[in-house]
Amino acid sequence: MKVKTLVKVVTGTLLLSGSLVANGDGGGGVAPVNNELYVEECGTCHFVYQPGLLPERSWRKLMAGLEDHFGENAELDEVDRQKIEGYLSGNAGDHSSYKRSKKLMRSIRSGDTPLRITEIPYLAKEHREVPKGALKHEKIRSLSNCDACHRTASKGNFGERGIDIPGYGKWDD
Amino acid sequence: MRNVFLITTTLAFGLLINLEAHAGAVDSLQLEYQSQGAGSFSATSGEQMWKRRYLHKKSGKQRSCQTCHGKELTRSGKHARTGKVIEPLAVSANSERLTDIKFMKKWFKRNCKWTIGRECSAQEKGDFLEYLKGL
Repeated sequence: MKVKTLVKVVTGTLLLSGSLVANGDGGGGVAPVNNELYVEECGTCHFVYQPGLLPERSWRKLMAGLEDHFGENAELDEVDRQKIEGYLSGNAGDHSSYKRSKKLMRSIRSGDTPLRITEIPYLAKEHREVPKGALKHEKIRSLSNCDACHRTASKGNFGERGIDIPGYGKWDD
Repeated sequence: MRNVFLITTTLAFGLLINLEAHAGAVDSLQLEYQSQGAGSFSATSGEQMWKRRYLHKKSGKQRSCQTCHGKELTRSGKHARTGKVIEPLAVSANSERLTDIKFMKKWFKRNCKWTIGRECSAQEKGDFLEYLKGL
């Protein structure tokens, strides 16, 4: 009886610590999005990029130029724009302790203010092995559609185990 | 029997609320445009402008509302670049449409600038609404 209880407790603790590593600070990912307005306003058109994917200076610049947002007009009313800029800047990659954010930030030169997440050196390097032509798939179209291949991207998890490339299959290193 | 009556009443009431919400938002927006100097609205002018093509100088390509909304407003459209599905704009196919004033203003601003290269006038926006609400 006692042994069984012990096994349960140990298993429970292991499971719990496992989930903490996956979701919490110090995990492999970036902090998940937790702002409804941001999800509503930006996620209508594209993947809800976590604030930890760009440094604060990038978010500030991006949110100041919504009239030409990569060729699209994404203007917001001023109240919403300021709220979203505040959220993104406050939770930006250079203020994050998540590992993936730190790696991204470290790879950006201090004088650079990237607007495209896909051009961050660390991210570009990590995608070098993507098979040529894979991006042309109708469901992918661009490296900017994170969740086309990273099935756990919306949780801030971009680990290899979550990769499934449409037209190609699961990613086995 | 009583159940049938209840269901019918609920359905009818639901439909009424829906139509109200719909007419409410479009009507108040059109009134707002008239308070900004627009006259009476014309579905024909709205339709003409909806289908007109405008040259986008930077890309050298023609743009129109149909570029992304498609030719059949009772069906979904597709964003020209991202491929994002755009839900049908016709109220007959999508009862959620034209019910949210803030949403309508936001997209009028974005889409007039993207398509025509400038914001639409109060008259033009009212004409668009007149056209869309009849679909």
